[in-house]
Amino acid sequence: MTSAPAAAAQGGTAAAGTRSLRRNYARHYYGFIVPAAVVVLAVIIFPWIFTLYMSVHDWKIGGARTYVGLANYIQLFSDERFGWSIVRTLWFTLLAVAAPMVLGVIAAICFHRRFPLRGMARTIFILPMMATPVAVALVWTMMFHPQLGVLNYILTSLGLPPSSWVYDASTVIPTLVLVETWHWTPLVMLIVLGGLASLPTDPYEAAKIDGANAWQAFRHITLPLLMPFIVVSLIIRTIDALKVFDTIFVITQGGPGTASETINIFLYLQAFAFYQMGYASAVVVVFFAIIILLAIALLWTRARARIS
Amino acid sequence: MAIKRRTLLTASLATPAIVESVGAQQPFDWRRFRGQKIEVTLTANPRSQLLIQHQKEFEELTGIRVGSESVPEQQHRQKVVIEFASGRPSFDVVGISLHVSKRLIGRARWTTDLRPLIADPTMTSPDFAFDDFGQGAVAYSTQSDGRLDTLPEFTDYHIIYWNKELFEAKGVAYPRTLEEIYTAAKALTDPSKNQYGWVGRGLKNANITLWAAFLIGTKQRDAVSSDMKLLTDTDDAVWASELYTKLMRECAPPGSIGFNWNECQTTFGQGRAAMWLDGVGFAAPLEDPTKSRISGKVGYGVAPPGPASHHCGMYGSALGIPEASRNRGPAWFYAQWATNKTNQLRYLTNGAGSPARQSPFRNEEAISSSRFPRAFFDCLIESGRIAHPGLPEIIPVTEFRDTLGVALTNMIGGADIRAELRKATDAFRPVLEKSEQA
Repeated sequence: MTSAPAAAAQGGTAAAGTRSLRRNYARHYYGFIVPAAVVVLAVIIFPWIFTLYMSVHDWKIGGARTYVGLANYIQLFSDERFGWSIVRTLWFTLLAVAAPMVLGVIAAICFHRRFPLRGMARTIFILPMMATPVAVALVWTMMFHPQLGVLNYILTSLGLPPSSWVYDASTVIPTLVLVETWHWTPLVMLIVLGGLASLPTDPYEAAKIDGANAWQAFRHITLPLLMPFIVVSLIIRTIDALKVFDTIFVITQGGPGTASETINIFLYLQAFAFYQMGYASAVVVVFFAIIILLAIALLWTRARARIS
Repeated sequence: MAIKRRTLLTASLATPAIVESVGAQQPFDWRRFRGQKIEVTLTANPRSQLLIQHQKEFEELTGIRVGSESVPEQQHRQKVVIEFASGRPSFDVVGISLHVSKRLIGRARWTTDLRPLIADPTMTSPDFAFDDFGQGAVAYSTQSDGRLDTLPEFTDYHIIYWNKELFEAKGVAYPRTLEEIYTAAKALTDPSKNQYGWVGRGLKNANITLWAAFLIGTKQRDAVSSDMKLLTDTDDAVWASELYTKLMRECAPPGSIGFNWNECQTTFGQGRAAMWLDGVGFAAPLEDPTKSRISGKVGYGVAPPGPASHHCGMYGSALGIPEASRNRGPAWFYAQWATNKTNQLRYLTNGAGSPARQSPFRNEEAISSSRFPRAFFDCLIESGRIAHPGLPEIIPVTEFRDTLGVALTNMIGGADIRAELRKATDAFRPVLEKSEQA
């Protein structure tokens, strides 16, 4: 039997040993995170620091680089075309999120019900999502041709007037939203359908006993329980719609004029058509700030949905 | 027999002359770089297709292996500039659009001066015949400091494709002046029958070439003066814009505001438009009965004279060899082969474009056996005589095309022409001045 001080001393030694072991382990652990840290540093942190650095320089590829302080940002905020590109981006995002969300939720509810050949119908419905955006855009471009496109052929065959689709400033954004809606409604449908499949049946039985009709069950049970799934698809769609580039570039290149020039197209022009790398970097920084603000708003909405 | 010192000395003095005379008699050594590999990057177009299709000829002739790619025009320009800027381009031969990138590449000295290579008989085949290249094409490839940093390959002239059947049906004559284009187009337009007198580029940036085709007929001709002053809000610029706007608003199909060359080609090829002003490279699809409804009915017209000048817009592409390339010798061999008389004749007879050499136009046998009508070749020869650069030779060409292109689309939409030109000029002037100061 050991005495109390001896035990305490032993205990102290053991604790010190454990701490030392932890420290040794910790040293070993640091080694394991080095590859991940290097990757993060190389592909996220360094590009960001470099973008910030570039945004305070005037640099056109092929020319010299000079420090200009905040001049690029000042020019950006007085650039009318950039201002309009923000407005167009937000307008396009609003439409390209709202339409697939509404149609996707409706489609999910339809496909949740049992009916013959439901599996095949679901598969056909999600086919657009599997297509490459550039290929989809090229096909739609041919369909939108005002004289030779199939869409105007259908309209005129039905006795309706032809549309200018993407060849008119007033219809270009809604037409691009049509392509986005066709392409991405299945994604919303899949997420919401997953949510519907996971809903408990007990509340519906209780509601039925209480005499609730189908609409009341949907409004007061299905919709609140689905809200987390709807918010997730809302976040994904918003991010997707904000960063759309390929579809717009292939179909309109931002035209007619600048009627469909979103921030991404504006950025692309500055960086890869005009080679104004400093100015383009300032656009990236501002665009990133806008996305952060939107992300905060969406996360706040999601938190609210969880609480409710 | 003992060799005397005098004999040895005489022999050594005579050696260079003997070697030289032997060298003069020996055929050019195409295989001196055999076993090496080069990378070639070209713009995707029918000419690049021909070069890639016949590349094996070069590989068999030289023993040099070639890795080639063809990338869509816009993306190719970006790729090339970014790779050049990196200092280590991945390619040894590059296709360059002179009307877009000439000054940028020239100022940065990204491509090597070809004059020493052309002058070196050990590096240039005697049948290369540099003097066969058209003077205009060589001048287009030459920088202001005299360096020939690209080898001219293709010269694009803007011509008028016209539908002979539609003209005959309405009894309209081919226009004799730029202004008459509007008169003829107006007479040939019948929206109720989905027939239009005119189709042309309306998409911003692309539309500048069409506008330039009209400006080139005025007294000022160019959008930028020789001392780099912007001339896009002058009376001549207004005249060109008015003609452009009238044609696009009154004589072109609805939606032309968003048309690039491909939509124009489709519309014209389907017989919906009577005239189309664009580059020479569209004869092949228009004469192909599987792709066109007007095969055999296409007229090829030289751009008519304007109020003060008679020119047609000229654009061009050339081959460059990066200064940073480690395979400049094999790359130069490739450039010689790619622009040799055989390949240049292939360009012409396949309707892939107008070659930079003159000899293909003199090859009567090849021309008469071509599937294209004689009028096509006559149009090219005549256009070559009146050709003038369609775009200003400035560094920010793309910004110029974009800024003024937006103004033109606004005009088609009904905006005031003078106000739009003034606004675009004010917006682009600082960009031009900055680029000239740098």
